[in-house]
Amino acid sequence: MKLKNVVLVSGIISSSLLLSACGGEEKSSGIDPKVMADSLHSVMEADRTVYTKLIINRLAKDEKVIKASEHWKDDKALVLPAQMFRYGAERVAEKGAPFSYSLLSLWPVNKQNKPKTDAEVSGLNYIAENPGKNFYSEEELGGIKYFTAVYPDIAVAPACTSCHNKHKDSPRTDFKMGEVMGGVVIRIPL
Amino acid sequence: MSSGNRAWWGLWLILSAGTGIFLTMQLTGEDKSVFLPGKTSNGHYQIELACSACHTDPLGGGEVLQQACMNCHGEELEVADDSHPKSKFTNPRNADRVKKLDARKCVTCHTEHREDITLEMGVTLPADFCFKCHSDVAENRPSHQGMAFTTCASAGCHNFHDNRGLYEDFLIKHLDEPDLHDELKLNPLSLADAYLATDSYPTERYPYRVLGDSEADRPESVRSDARIMQDWMDSSHRKAGVNCSACHEQRLDGEAAPVWVDRPGHQACSACHGGQATGFLAGKHGMRLAQNLPAMVPGQARSKMKKNVHEREVGCVSCHGAHRFERAHAAVDACLGCHDDQHSLAYKDSPHFDLWYRETNGLAEKNTGVSCATCHLPRKTVRLDGKDMVMAEHNQNDNLRPNEKMLRSVCMQCHGLRFSIDALADENLIGNNFSEKPGVYIESLDLVKKRLDLKKDIQDL
Ligand code: HEC
Repeated sequence: MKLKNVVLVSGIISSSLLLSACGGEEKSSGIDPKVMADSLHSVMEADRTVYTKLIINRLAKDEKVIKASEHWKDDKALVLPAQMFRYGAERVAEKGAPFSYSLLSLWPVNKQNKPKTDAEVSGLNYIAENPGKNFYSEEELGGIKYFTAVYPDIAVAPACTSCHNKHKDSPRTDFKMGEVMGGVVIRIPL
Repeated sequence: MSSGNRAWWGLWLILSAGTGIFLTMQLTGEDKSVFLPGKTSNGHYQIELACSACHTDPLGGGEVLQQACMNCHGEELEVADDSHPKSKFTNPRNADRVKKLDARKCVTCHTEHREDITLEMGVTLPADFCFKCHSDVAENRPSHQGMAFTTCASAGCHNFHDNRGLYEDFLIKHLDEPDLHDELKLNPLSLADAYLATDSYPTERYPYRVLGDSEADRPESVRSDARIMQDWMDSSHRKAGVNCSACHEQRLDGEAAPVWVDRPGHQACSACHGGQATGFLAGKHGMRLAQNLPAMVPGQARSKMKKNVHEREVGCVSCHGAHRFERAHAAVDACLGCHDDQHSLAYKDSPHFDLWYRETNGLAEKNTGVSCATCHLPRKTVRLDGKDMVMAEHNQNDNLRPNEKMLRSVCMQCHGLRFSIDALADENLIGNNFSEKPGVYIESLDLVKKRLDLKKDIQDL
């Protein structure tokens, strides 16, 4: 569990460093939203991979010392990678950060994670059809204009595919290692 | 200006000034009822004259009000794994949903002082509000096709906030349970252990040991009373080294030395029974005290209370009985001393009471009886000093809003999930205090079962 905290804390510190570098006074001097989104994503992706490989895949799949479960509190289990990601995103939002991010998929276990806005739909289709590429666009939501970037979320460990393929709510049962399973959507207000 | 006009102006001036003075006096005085815009909900009416409990800043807008809601209800929502926390709606991808229903704010669904539109649980929206975001529910749950949106939150299916006893995987885990489990016994309460483990326990002054009758440290100036003395002698306080001064000596504001207080309030108890006091102050028994209002009296209750106790103030000792502090009394007789509604009156004819009678009369093992407290002040496990402790939740409203909150904390200690869901959904059964089998059948477990079988068939292909 300690390692998880370390990963979480390092993620928060690095995102806030990035934030302080990009936000505040310098906003007017205009850091390119694409650079900011790419930087944020590199931190997110690193943390997500580390958590999945070092915690979930190692402890739950290989060593089988503890399970990972959506109902981690009831099951006294590890938090799922997707939950880890969402809880982080919620904390960032609570702190009042200007940007927001989510993990979505065309084949979602949780139906709330299916694409909704036009940019999400186009973005998720684009990254699924063009492996290795990101998708960038602009959109207006709730009267605010956003720079919206969509990055592929890849099956980086066997735990990713085995859990999704077996999940009773997963619309797909044939994910393979290295495949695009969904996408990280980052929004920066313009 | 004609003299007639002048008279009218004069009258207007006098009336305005008079109203102004009257309102100012009301605002600064004790009774602010003139400012209530409408009848306050069952949850809040007791503290409606502590305006500032919610309107913390007269100039504050929505955010201030929201913070006030969270001050009292934030923690319980977190404990309940709130299914619709604010954080779900602050992400811009949900801007369209927020536009339909601003679920970031409590008052969107719970407007206060609007009796005309207030439904159960203080909800002030038409009962089919789930439709606004979940109109496509049948796409993923074909079994829900054609179900009316007014029935989502019907007993036993879904709650907006707390679904800890209703989520699908939980239903799956408890699909085929019998009505009654084999082992019918509650976790025993951790008593002295739990109090001694609290940081504020005055171990040095009152070490844990049995006190003799000559050791009572009541000062000479306080008159002696044989009955009080006997009650204390019989109490678990005496057996745990809790002397008279432990409760009666208090350090009052501005006093250097502690002084003797004849009738100590809940503050005296909370030094050692902090968790219990916190629960008490959060529930309907203690919420007025929590706002520094005079204690609740049963006469103020909106449910039926016995006439002879309408003026009796509710505090720790009104249930626990000063000096004796006998738990069995607090668990049933204390409740029935005031509560006079159908459910309470039916208790003594119920099978639950039968179990309680057997336990308290030595005919059955300890922790096998079901008292009022078993369900309404349920035992919960808390971690103190690294040890699991079992204590009674003293907010007796905590698991009533809505009553599915009782599933896990209460009913499922002895009953299967299906039986429990059906029983809690049966109004008639609640009226007769669970004296027969549930007459209501909630489909949710069957729907889950069908869905699982269907999935299995597909995977088997
Ligand atoms: C132990 C099971 C498990 C593992 C391991 C796991 N996931 Fe998930 N994943 C889930 C569940 C369950 C959800 C839905 C969680 C929610 O939002 O409530 C989910 C959500 C997602 C989503 C969002 C869309 C959706 O399906 O709801 C993506 C994308 C995703 N996971 C990809 C991955 C990737 C990539 C990995 C490996 C790095 C991974 N998952 C590992 C169970 C798992």
